[in-house]
Amino acid sequence: MSVIPLSWYLIFAAALFCIGLYGVLARRNAVAILMGIELMLNAVIVNLIAFWRYNDPTNVSGQAFAIIVFAVAAAEAAVGLALIISIYRRQNTVVAEDINLMKW
Amino acid sequence: MDISSYQVSSLIAILPEIGLLVLAGTVLIMDTVVRDDRKHLMGVTTALGSVLIIVLALFYARPTGESIWGGMIRDDMLAFVLRLSFIFAGGITAIFSLNYKSVAHRGDYYAIMLGAVIGMCFMASASDLILLYLAVETTGIAGYLLAGYARSNNNSAEAGLKYFLFGAATSGIMLYGFSILYGITGETNFVNIAEVLLSGDVALSAVLGIAMLVLVGIGFKIAIVPFHFWAPDVYEGSPTPVTGFISTASKTAGFAILIRFFIVGFTGSEYWLPIVAVLAVITMTFGNLVALAQTNIKRLLAYSSIAHAGYVLIAFVAYSDLGVASAVFYLITYVVTNLAAFGVVILVSNTVSSDNISEYAGMSRRSPFLGLVMLVSFLSLAGMPPLAGFFAKFYVFAAIVKSDMIWLAFVGVLNAIIGLYYYLVVLKVVYVSPAPDGSRPIEISNISKIVLMILSFGIILIGTASSPWFDWAYQAAIELF
Repeated sequence: MSVIPLSWYLIFAAALFCIGLYGVLARRNAVAILMGIELMLNAVIVNLIAFWRYNDPTNVSGQAFAIIVFAVAAAEAAVGLALIISIYRRQNTVVAEDINLMKW
Repeated sequence: MDISSYQVSSLIAILPEIGLLVLAGTVLIMDTVVRDDRKHLMGVTTALGSVLIIVLALFYARPTGESIWGGMIRDDMLAFVLRLSFIFAGGITAIFSLNYKSVAHRGDYYAIMLGAVIGMCFMASASDLILLYLAVETTGIAGYLLAGYARSNNNSAEAGLKYFLFGAATSGIMLYGFSILYGITGETNFVNIAEVLLSGDVALSAVLGIAMLVLVGIGFKIAIVPFHFWAPDVYEGSPTPVTGFISTASKTAGFAILIRFFIVGFTGSEYWLPIVAVLAVITMTFGNLVALAQTNIKRLLAYSSIAHAGYVLIAFVAYSDLGVASAVFYLITYVVTNLAAFGVVILVSNTVSSDNISEYAGMSRRSPFLGLVMLVSFLSLAGMPPLAGFFAKFYVFAAIVKSDMIWLAFVGVLNAIIGLYYYLVVLKVVYVSPAPDGSRPIEISNISKIVLMILSFGIILIGTASSPWFDWAYQAAIELF
């Protein structure tokens, strides 16, 4: 059985990252931007696990890094949704362009 | 990495962080047991606890210069000096928070702030990509919550959301850079990464790409152009004590990881240093020019803090022991000075409930003490001798001249002159403009008065007797080279 080459994983992760980044830059709904950020973090996790497996599987720092990223992503999503709810209660919108009380 | 390598000395090295964690727990317990009319004790406890931790650290947790916890933490002078300044900023912020109604009596607010301080402490000492990322996010997530803490205030909720969206996106981009760095070097520890990079079989394009990705994340933390868009809005909308905290401690922590990552871990400076030099010039000039047009004091301080990040970047671009020493010295003076400035803003906004600069008209008559603190802190920010800010700028320009980049020093001095103008305009409003009819004197609680006196005294002391402080900063820098 042939092994999938490392570059496939990296290309997949890069594509995932670019989709996430596009979502962050182009979407106007705060929840959709949050989803884009989560996609970017998932791309990082794919990268880390692929590198760990193909570089040196006995050095577990890549795995440890990936687990830390899961945990942080979960915390970040919780805080982000809380902030979005807090602004929705005040202003009745989650569209980033309408949230513009402050401008220079 | 066997179990015997975790010795008592490793625990002592993270004594400040352990102390902060205990303090946060204490404040949370107090929140449930203390009577409603004594809730201000939580802020006092946070401040006194911070002082206690600083004293304990000075006596018992002196840096050893070793890598501990399996290479995760580097216990050196740089980390020590910066950690003390974060804890100091946290304590001062707790006192100022007592004057800010929507946060003053909330135990979770102080606990989250202490959590942010813990994250910053680890940012200063992290010597491994994993701990570095974890520390950045600990600081960041706590910061998002603090910025959006005043839920009854539309601006605060908006500030929290903007801070979060920018912060999460930029740290995701930085993390992608970390993952590629881990992939091509196979290491997460800075020292090992530096060894692999120095061996020279890493492609130039990869080095440049990773440098760009990581600069996005760090650039957000230190608010340099073009990653500064969040700063004015977040500074304006956040509860003012939080603004002071973010603009001083969080920015300093960002510079800590900039110095640690790019000098210890990510060698190959000849490729990315010119880019940082250009960013420094743009950051200073943009910050100073836009600050000229501001009418809100918090936005003015936001743009001024962008400009100050540019000055510190100059020191970093010098890329020498003197450069890092002047950066550390600049950051310490900036923390003390800007905290004093924000302390005044908090007290004034308590009485006039507005942050417009026009409200400061005749403030020197309404409260001579606040006027004086404002004079000292703004002149120090502008870089007037004999205050701390002058010597900070002096050392920065000396360092860059010594590294043979005189043009950068020239741009810096020009910028300092632009900066002088808008600081003096505010002081003119404070001292020369007549107070509006029927204006009340500004109330100051005794404890805030003492803290402001300490800060003003600190600004003058660091300025008039700068050499022992600079020696400290120099000791911190020399260990990196």
